[in-house]
Amino acid sequence: MQRMNSKVTTHELDFFYGKYHALRSISLALMEKKITAFIGPSGCGKSTLLRTFNRMYQLYPNQEARGKILIDGENILDHKQDLNLLRAKVGMVFQKPTPFPMSIFDNVAFGVKLYESLNRCELSERVEWALQKAALWDEVKDKLQQSAISLSGGQQQRLCIARTIAVKPEVVLLDEPTSALDPISTARIEDLIFKLKEDYTIAIVTHNMQQAARVSDYTAYMYLGEMIEFDDTDTIFTKPKQKATEDYITGKFG
Amino acid sequence: MISVYLRRRLINAVHLTFSVLAMLFGLFWLSWILLTLLGNGLSGITLTLFTEMTPPPGNEGGLLNAIAGSVMMVMLATFIGTPIGILAGTYLAEFGHSDWLAAATRFVNDILLSAPSIVIGLFVYTVYVLKVGNFSGWAGVFALALIVIPVVVRTTEDMLRLIPDSLREAAAALGAPRWKVITLVTWRAAEMGIVTGVLLAIARISGETAPLLFTALNNQFWSLDMEQPMANLPVVIFQFAMSPYESWQQLAWSGALLITLTVLGLNIAARIFTRKQGDIN
Amino acid sequence: MSDGAAMSKSSITAKLKQQQLLDRLFRQITRFFALMVFLLLIALIVSLIIGSWPSVQVFGFDFLISAEWNPVTEKFGAWVPIAGTLITATIALAIGIPVSFGIAVFLTELSPAWLKRPLGTAIELLAGVPSIIYGMWGLFVFAPFFAASVQPWMQESFGAVPAIGFLFEGPVMGIGVLTAGIILAIMVIPFIASVMRDVFDVVPPMLKESAYALGATTWEVIRYVVLPYTKSGVVGAIMLGLGRALGETMAVTFVIGNAHQLHASLFMPGNSIASALANEFTEADGELYTAALIELGLILFFITFVVLACSKVLLVQLKKREGAAT
Repeated sequence: MQRMNSKVTTHELDFFYGKYHALRSISLALMEKKITAFIGPSGCGKSTLLRTFNRMYQLYPNQEARGKILIDGENILDHKQDLNLLRAKVGMVFQKPTPFPMSIFDNVAFGVKLYESLNRCELSERVEWALQKAALWDEVKDKLQQSAISLSGGQQQRLCIARTIAVKPEVVLLDEPTSALDPISTARIEDLIFKLKEDYTIAIVTHNMQQAARVSDYTAYMYLGEMIEFDDTDTIFTKPKQKATEDYITGKFG
Repeated sequence: MISVYLRRRLINAVHLTFSVLAMLFGLFWLSWILLTLLGNGLSGITLTLFTEMTPPPGNEGGLLNAIAGSVMMVMLATFIGTPIGILAGTYLAEFGHSDWLAAATRFVNDILLSAPSIVIGLFVYTVYVLKVGNFSGWAGVFALALIVIPVVVRTTEDMLRLIPDSLREAAAALGAPRWKVITLVTWRAAEMGIVTGVLLAIARISGETAPLLFTALNNQFWSLDMEQPMANLPVVIFQFAMSPYESWQQLAWSGALLITLTVLGLNIAARIFTRKQGDIN
Repeated sequence: MSDGAAMSKSSITAKLKQQQLLDRLFRQITRFFALMVFLLLIALIVSLIIGSWPSVQVFGFDFLISAEWNPVTEKFGAWVPIAGTLITATIALAIGIPVSFGIAVFLTELSPAWLKRPLGTAIELLAGVPSIIYGMWGLFVFAPFFAASVQPWMQESFGAVPAIGFLFEGPVMGIGVLTAGIILAIMVIPFIASVMRDVFDVVPPMLKESAYALGATTWEVIRYVVLPYTKSGVVGAIMLGLGRALGETMAVTFVIGNAHQLHASLFMPGNSIASALANEFTEADGELYTAALIELGLILFFITFVVLACSKVLLVQLKKREGAAT
């Protein structure tokens, strides 16, 4: 079954902050169990695009997406779509680590407890599994009851990844997950992202072009709310079709 | 050139001297007040203060009934006012982005916060005491709760607003419904800050006299009946201090010291919680 | 949720339904309490208006300007307590603002580092001392001292000065309008000073340093950098103090003298709205007397409301001008 299936497809997606037209007619597909990177200068709409996949924008008034986003063939922009269920299916990790003010264990268990009624034993197993996956288990296994805020920045970010995958989502959105971290933590997280694609469809927004080249299978270059070019990563970085993409990647612009 | 510079130096020196004098002036009065309070009150802090009732004019006695009444009314007012304040503050911070009610409530809350406390007493008198027909502990509790509410609303809103949106988004991104995001994550993140607000509110009402004057009034005897007038420290202090009897005045000083120590203690506790909140944010 | 299949579809939908319901419920509950706070104020205003209605009907507008206050003949006018409230608050601010400003400047710019925290904490804690303490101290300690040492000196020094001499006439009793104003000043100083200090503290150090780098003196940095930067905060601090001073009951009641008389001299006893209420309300017999007192409360509430509204408008305008300037 290693065929190319698209997990998420957007269809002429437009996005508005009030009157401001932030995304213009975006159509693309995220392949199942692949990593798709979004690059482009600040304000190009890449984070906005990411936030439409789990409709995070809907926490705020006056933000609206138009068009279609299909996940497994179902349009998630449909009014009937339950937001919480969608977000359980599409996990997200943010720019800055966001540990909840509770213990490490409770952080990871938080999302699990929302949708599954596991007994104590199953829950601990799940927490351990997620922390193992996020390559954090060995560092925290002796202090699961300590406050998550006591962890270092890199550890906090891995905790957030563990928290996200503990829910067993199908798609994971990463919004500049390493921009607040030092190079060593960044390398660990990149390794982790690379491993995660065995199980998940991943979309990552990044400012760091090397990062996009290193981890992703596909890359999309965006500029001023439009999709300029979308192709597999090798093509984008070696022989882009658009002049604009080439300029950005070679550093002539941006 | 030099003369201009000299002039500037002189102006500077004058203003800075004034600033130092202002500091000394302020400290002078405040330490005078506190020393007087300690000097007059300390000798009266004995066991009888806590074991005997308020005496009739000219007699010796304690403040037991007043202390009990104050503790009871302050506690009840806190229990009533805190949940109301927290929930209303939560609405303002979490749901009231572009809602007329939130904007209006925020403004109204500011007015209540700065309303003279004696007017609050007057309000409770007209809507409660007049209807029931007598002064009572409950009336005092309502008046104090009305002072607690705006303080808690304000701190709850402020503290919740300090919680970064990314924390809410992170919880929502796991599929948590809004009410769980708020009760399990944002409230918890703002916990220490909200506790600070509650402590400050308790400190404030512990020393409030004016709103109790025509709500709880006073009671010379031991009574925990909330339907009846209730003794309380601030009003006892007021009446005893204004009286010509020396033993009453002495009790007033001791009561004043007691209240001040309580209020200062609560304020110090509040500062500790503020620092803890700072560690989280 | 690849495990989703493990949970039957219907149980998930049921759970989601339940969560949506709880979400709406939670929102409505918090909204209800917000509405309650809003209605509280409406109720407060309405009840005070109803309570004061008999007096409003009998005296009408004259209530505001009449200085007569006679429970026996049931003739009431609010001018004496209104004037007393305004005069004591003015005295309090006239003393309180410069002193608080000096203290705030000392704490942010001059204090040696080891004194900064203890002094700052002390000022903040003093802002929490119950006002009844200030009143008692005023009556038992300050008033006798004031009558014995300061008032005679004031009469000697200023009594003969043509334009202001009348302010210091009359017997020296210690208590009176001036004493009440001074006690109020001592009470609001910690308030205003601690807010001003907080406000001064938020000025970015870089801003101050760049002014120092040009050779400015400490005072010039305060005058031309710190003050303009913190204008709105300073106004807020003063308004907070004014609000306190206007509505304060206990600190004033002990020392103002509680006399419904109007004197030009600040040495004479007077009355403020809050202390008139504190002293007379429980003893007031007769509907009209009570109504007149409630109307006093309404006026006091109105005055503090106006102060608050003015400060809000002022703040908005200051912010606008700052926005236009930069």
